[in-house]
Amino acid sequence: MARRKIAIFVDALLVVTMAVAMAMVFFYAPIESEMGIVQKIFYVHVPLAWNAFLGFAMVFFFSFRYLATRDHKWDARAQSAAEVGVLFTTLVLITGPIWAKPVWGIWWTWDARLTLTLVLWLIYMGYLMLRRYVESPERRAVLAAVVGVTGFIDVPLVYFAIRWWRTQHPQPVIAGGEGSGLDPRMSATLWVCVAAFTLLFFALYGRRLEIEALRAQAEALRDDADAAQAQGARS
Amino acid sequence: MTWLIAAYAVVVVAVVGYGASLRPKRRALAEEIEQLKRPR
Repeated sequence: MARRKIAIFVDALLVVTMAVAMAMVFFYAPIESEMGIVQKIFYVHVPLAWNAFLGFAMVFFFSFRYLATRDHKWDARAQSAAEVGVLFTTLVLITGPIWAKPVWGIWWTWDARLTLTLVLWLIYMGYLMLRRYVESPERRAVLAAVVGVTGFIDVPLVYFAIRWWRTQHPQPVIAGGEGSGLDPRMSATLWVCVAAFTLLFFALYGRRLEIEALRAQAEALRDDADAAQAQGARS
Repeated sequence: MTWLIAAYAVVVVAVVGYGASLRPKRRALAEEIEQLKRPR
């Protein structure tokens, strides 16, 4: 019951925050002088990327916990976080080229940031595919956890790519050092968008995790029914 | 403006689509649990 109330609260907060975020994007944030209105893709592209990182950090933590405890609740949590993380990364890889085409004149270039983001997507798509193809639940959970822990190494590489290498992708505007920074109205809009997309992440994660909880419950009931049937056949 | 709308539309469609795809799975599992709980 408490979990249901939390879900309703998160949903309500998400609706309000997302409405405020979108109002700020379209009516409050100024239009960037060089790129024009298309720069407003920034307000979904960046929060999606940061929340994808958050999702993969959660996969790393939950996978580590699973390997330490062999408790399946950690495996279910890792799987749910990975799925939403992949969804968000997919959207980063779609909104990025939609922004790049009118600004750079090209959809894609193989620079460090873009390539490493694609590699990140491939790692976690591989994680989800592995889960589908390994039949034994124990083996599946262990293999997935190993990928969940080791695959995380790409997240800091993606984050620091624009700091370590010269890239076509813009240099950091947040915590980017001297000469970087945003107009205060752009910055406020970005942070509200980050809050809205973080709530969206947790709303989707909660729904996905609920399915795993129901699946575990159904499996336990099925096992009980099978055991009762076997006992009935013996007596 | 077209690029901006396209980017936002993709995000909305993907998120709503993903959320909607979870519903039938949830419903099927809830029904299965109800059935398994019923005394035989």
